[in-house]
Amino acid sequence: MKFSRRAAVAIVGVAALFGAAACGSDDDGDGGNTKDVEVFTWWADGGEKAGLDGLVSTFDTDCADYTFVNGAVAGGAGANAKQVLASRLQQGDPPDTFQAHSGQELTDYINAGQIEDLSADYKTWGLDTAFPQGLIDNLTVDGKIYSVPANIHRANVVWANTKVLTEAGITEDATTLDQFIANLEALKAKGVAAPLAVGKDWTQLMLLEAVLITDLGPEKFTGLWDGSTDWSSADVTKGIEDYKTLLGYSNADRDTLDWTDAEKLVMDGKAGYQLMGDWEAADLDTKGFKEYSYSAFPGNATAFQWLADGFVLPKGAKNAEGTRCWLKTVGSAEGQKAFNTKKGSIPARTDAVATDYPEYQQSAIADWKKGTQVPSCAHGAACAQGLQGALNSAVGKFSTDLDVETFQKALVAAASQFIKK
Amino acid sequence: MRYRIRRWGPGLLLIAPSLVLLAVFVYGLIAWTIKVSLSDRHTAQESNGFVGLKNYTDLFTNDINDRFTHSLTNLLIFTVVFMAGTMFFGVLWALLLERGVRAEGIFRTIYLFPMAVSFVASGVVWRWLMNSKIGEDAGGLNWIFEQLHLGFLQNPWWTDPDWGMAAMAVPAIWQLSGYVMALFLAGFRGIPAELREAAVVDGASTFQLYRRVLFPQLTPVALSALIIVGHMSMKMFDLIMSVSGAQWLTEVPAVYVWQTLLTSDYAKAAAISVILLLLVALVIVPYLVHTSRVEKRS
Repeated sequence: MKFSRRAAVAIVGVAALFGAAACGSDDDGDGGNTKDVEVFTWWADGGEKAGLDGLVSTFDTDCADYTFVNGAVAGGAGANAKQVLASRLQQGDPPDTFQAHSGQELTDYINAGQIEDLSADYKTWGLDTAFPQGLIDNLTVDGKIYSVPANIHRANVVWANTKVLTEAGITEDATTLDQFIANLEALKAKGVAAPLAVGKDWTQLMLLEAVLITDLGPEKFTGLWDGSTDWSSADVTKGIEDYKTLLGYSNADRDTLDWTDAEKLVMDGKAGYQLMGDWEAADLDTKGFKEYSYSAFPGNATAFQWLADGFVLPKGAKNAEGTRCWLKTVGSAEGQKAFNTKKGSIPARTDAVATDYPEYQQSAIADWKKGTQVPSCAHGAACAQGLQGALNSAVGKFSTDLDVETFQKALVAAASQFIKK
Repeated sequence: MRYRIRRWGPGLLLIAPSLVLLAVFVYGLIAWTIKVSLSDRHTAQESNGFVGLKNYTDLFTNDINDRFTHSLTNLLIFTVVFMAGTMFFGVLWALLLERGVRAEGIFRTIYLFPMAVSFVASGVVWRWLMNSKIGEDAGGLNWIFEQLHLGFLQNPWWTDPDWGMAAMAVPAIWQLSGYVMALFLAGFRGIPAELREAAVVDGASTFQLYRRVLFPQLTPVALSALIIVGHMSMKMFDLIMSVSGAQWLTEVPAVYVWQTLLTSDYAKAAAISVILLLLVALVIVPYLVHTSRVEKRS
């Protein structure tokens, strides 16, 4: 009797557990309507959400046959979304389209055969002529294009506190590195201890890239990322030396600061300059700071270092036609306008009407049309994620020891590990 | 035979669910991690070529900037300072309280309380306290030193390239010393009063009492404290992420795993995880063997 009671308890326990497990794995089915287009992004609030909403209203008009389904995953500047996306792709349950940095950051998806070639659609939608040729070249991998950029940001912009500059007698934007260093020296003489505000690893990588564009020129710089320019060359050594000189004018606590902390140094007048992407314009405006000016990084001339959020067509998307309609909207003049006027970026198309945009964007649109497009590694246009990670770590180390030789060795090693020739 | 099943069966059945869950979700996944660490799965792609121990040897010999060895060095500095610090303060406070302080309960609570705070929350505060600016711009602890005219004490804290990890251990010491104190206090309380009385009757001085009578009996407590603090230290992740974020200066293996996973290098991340697991096992397994032997003897 005793045995059976104990056994009964045990059996009930086991049964309850497996029962619970069975309920947990209940098949919730697809529930997918074939008219639905699930758009997976990490644009969940702020200007990004507003931009997405703008894009959706254009989509609703242009693609009335289809229904937009918001698949946004918030948090972690996209880190959360990327994890969710990775597991969904692995399980063969891709969203109809997802957000990703256009360019080399798509390499992993391309190699894994997870996204479709869109070059034929580019022709159909006229995007091959609407986008500048430089962008098309940067986007093309083995003759194929895999994403439609919704916006363009510029990475190589120097932001300055005009009041601090005027006090130091600086009236013109520097156009060469030597001039820039002279300005930094002038600021230092005026008592600005750290005239160039720099933040942690990825912001340092942006600065290094800008210096390399100056020292190598746009063409050879772009070649760094496809293996046609040698990372061990003397030009790169000179770039690193110049970068080291610039770090000498920066704040010693750079590794503890995020880009907004560095931005604050400029706003507070504790620094004169900061190199940052052009999302800084919208941020400074939001913070009500008016005494700023901007210019391309000294020596970059017309090189426009771009980064872009794009959308792709995953293999096995449930509603590929709906996705195509979404992508067409994203690339269209109306779609790009609806998105970018809200998000504070500029359209990738060259036929944009500049007057629709705020002041900074107007100048960026002009530069985009006449400039030379070069991709940004720190933001995924030029590098896959593995290379970004390795370079961030290497610049982080360089920031602590300023050892040019080991740094260049690390860069060469990273390039040979991650860039396929 | 039937009798045996009757005797063991129900009990086994009762723990079967947890056994199955453990087998699948702990040991099964460890085995899976080991399998991944022996493959060449360096991207999100499903490529499962077997490469033997290459990922492990690469970590030690072929990592850019010796990143992995650097993270191990960081971990070593952190662990040594963390363990020494918690043991020092834990024993000190336990001694003070053991000597019979008034309102002992209040002090005990005060010392133990930091443990209730999560590493993430305390990390955010310590990030500010350990602000690396000095002089006029100083903030946090450096500011306090500045105000007290103790400027020479100002230091870059965790941003120091060589000894920064020692500063990183400070918040951890602050949090865990109280716990070590509680362990030792319990140890002291567990020693029968007769032993003390006997020692006093024999004419032992206070120092001799502690050195020869009390401390030898606390060895098991000290060992447990070291093991507990030590294995926490090796897995340290949240504190470092909230104080410095993931970056070269303060990278330890757990943070490196995270960074590697974010770039979809599964094989490398798995290899680091396995090494980390082995490191922790190296500390814990001998301890478990030792305690089970002691238990058998008694």
